[in-house]
Amino acid sequence: MSYKSMLTGVAVLSLLGSAAVAQDREVRVYNWSDYIDESILEEFTEETGIKVVYDVFDSNEVLETKLLAGGTGYDIVVPTGTFLARQIQAGVFAELDKSKLPNLSNMWPEIEERVQKYDPGNAYSINYMWGTTGLGYNVEKVKEALGEDAPVDSWDLFFKPENMEKLADCGVHVLDAPTELFPAALKYLGLDPDSKDPAEIEKAGELLKTIRPYVQKFHSSEYINALANGDICLAIGWSGDVLQARDRAAEADNGVTVEYAIPKEGALMWFDQMAVPADAPHPDEAHEFLNYIMRPDVMAKASNYVYYANGNKASQELLNDDVIGDPAIYPSEETVANLYTVTSYPPKVNRIVTRTWTSVKSGQ
Amino acid sequence: MDKPAPVKRTLGGWALIAVPYVWLLIFFLAPFLIVFKISLSQVAVAIPPYVPTFDLAGGWQAFVENLGDLSLENYLWLTEDDLYWKSYLSSVVIAGISTFLTLLIGYPIAYGMARSPQSLRPTLLMLVILPFWTSFLIRVYAWIGILKNEGLLNQLLMAIGIIDEPLVILNTNTAVYIGIVYSYLPFLVLPLYASLERLDGSLLEAAEDLGCPPWKAFWKITLPLSLPGVIAGCFLVFIPAVGEFVIPDLLGGSDTLMIGKTLWTEFFNNRDWPVSSAVAVILLIILVIPIVLFQNQQQKIAEKQA
Repeated sequence: MSYKSMLTGVAVLSLLGSAAVAQDREVRVYNWSDYIDESILEEFTEETGIKVVYDVFDSNEVLETKLLAGGTGYDIVVPTGTFLARQIQAGVFAELDKSKLPNLSNMWPEIEERVQKYDPGNAYSINYMWGTTGLGYNVEKVKEALGEDAPVDSWDLFFKPENMEKLADCGVHVLDAPTELFPAALKYLGLDPDSKDPAEIEKAGELLKTIRPYVQKFHSSEYINALANGDICLAIGWSGDVLQARDRAAEADNGVTVEYAIPKEGALMWFDQMAVPADAPHPDEAHEFLNYIMRPDVMAKASNYVYYANGNKASQELLNDDVIGDPAIYPSEETVANLYTVTSYPPKVNRIVTRTWTSVKSGQ
Repeated sequence: MDKPAPVKRTLGGWALIAVPYVWLLIFFLAPFLIVFKISLSQVAVAIPPYVPTFDLAGGWQAFVENLGDLSLENYLWLTEDDLYWKSYLSSVVIAGISTFLTLLIGYPIAYGMARSPQSLRPTLLMLVILPFWTSFLIRVYAWIGILKNEGLLNQLLMAIGIIDEPLVILNTNTAVYIGIVYSYLPFLVLPLYASLERLDGSLLEAAEDLGCPPWKAFWKITLPLSLPGVIAGCFLVFIPAVGEFVIPDLLGGSDTLMIGKTLWTEFFNNRDWPVSSAVAVILLIILVIPIVLFQNQQQKIAEKQA
């Protein structure tokens, strides 16, 4: 979807550590844009002699369409749990050979438990990162618009038209991800966020339509820059992306302060899972890569870079304080208990969800 | 001695004619038939995500059985939801307005080029073609930087003092018009320039000698004679603009409804390849009508000149 990511994707990173060693061993990885510390890939090549071909995408839909067309040529892909579940059903992935993954012992049982909803028995995937979908906001601008006691820790900020009306002038961006916004709206209405009932989805759509006039753009990656530059004052976005915006603003020292909040009513918890397609050309190298990624020091390095929590328990003591100590990244147990997960929509309901979303966005 | 020569020539001639036909067969007809076949299929959670798939291993029997599973259901679906015809209509309207604006800007450019001194023309022609040397995507991206609220255009207008508050242009239909007009302008200028340049200057001199004012000479002579170029240029802008996806996606707002975007949603968000194929087939039919008109027009011109 995003041309930015296509442009960076074209610049395939062919990371050759020592050029002479084992030329023909390679692993092809297809991951989200801005989602890894690239030195991890270089070090992997240095250590194993396996060349990494690394491409990026910025929406689950694009990844899924490629996977369903078949013959992607990738050895490792990183879909989100809800999408993974459907792809497993469609026969996209090969079961992992756990005998080749001794580092599985480092993983975090609680996260593995939650992921079983999508991947029963954790047979097809390992967790890479997990996060939440919540409120990213510009501290000064929101205060300016709504006063000192602006409800920045509540979905009221976004779902109350009187608040949004005041925020519209400084700009609001929303993820173009119906599978994340409908659960949020349902939760706010006091309904089951994982509801598959068309009538309830319709109600959520009505709620979204009341605030639609105040939304400047529905997009899943532009908000990072927009928040960091102070172009917008509120974004419904992914935790780590908002935190990246926070850091970019701090580095630029442009007078913009960005914060991320998990709304107290509860927020969506999602899991990005690494899996190996059934037709992967290099399954052995893929397993070596997965095992390498699950090393505590490697996973810690990845999280320290992208500001997302990972599913690797052993990596936690190696994390920087501003990662492990930040409740926006590693929320307290109390907050986690309040987070919800959702499952994928069956095709008929999915069509209703998409249609309602189009109707919210376009007014048609 | 003479006899074998014509046979040889005929063979060569056949081969020559075959080239475009084979090209059309491989790159147009075959893909079209595949898309058409998918449009008659049903969604499934599988690779590829539709049934039936024709497996050659199944033999003739399986092929015939699968044929029975195809249906026109997806086309009926398109008539049930007004989203689709509204998207088609809005695409045609946006493309139509853009084409008109392109003509308003393109005609004076082409006219000026054709009237400029002979020595200057290659340079001017070069300037029209020059933008193609940069990637289309990057040029459209550049417009984001120009049109956004804190962009170059607003900064300039505010610095001069024409406006106090930034104009909201990006993410609206206005931005889409600007994008299309900018991107497709050369496609209109080039054929128009070609027809204006060929125009016989002595006709205008004769008109002047006989006391016809310049504006009337333009209206009576230049405009009618340049009409084939106008029509060719307009079609070259209109046809690709109807199916345009990149420009509305990057510059348009969430409420910009165009068929390219609807098709994208159907394909990627709904994972419904059959319905999106049906949308594509209908789009093709909508576009074939102006193309056929265009062909007829071209043929008439060719006949006239012959």
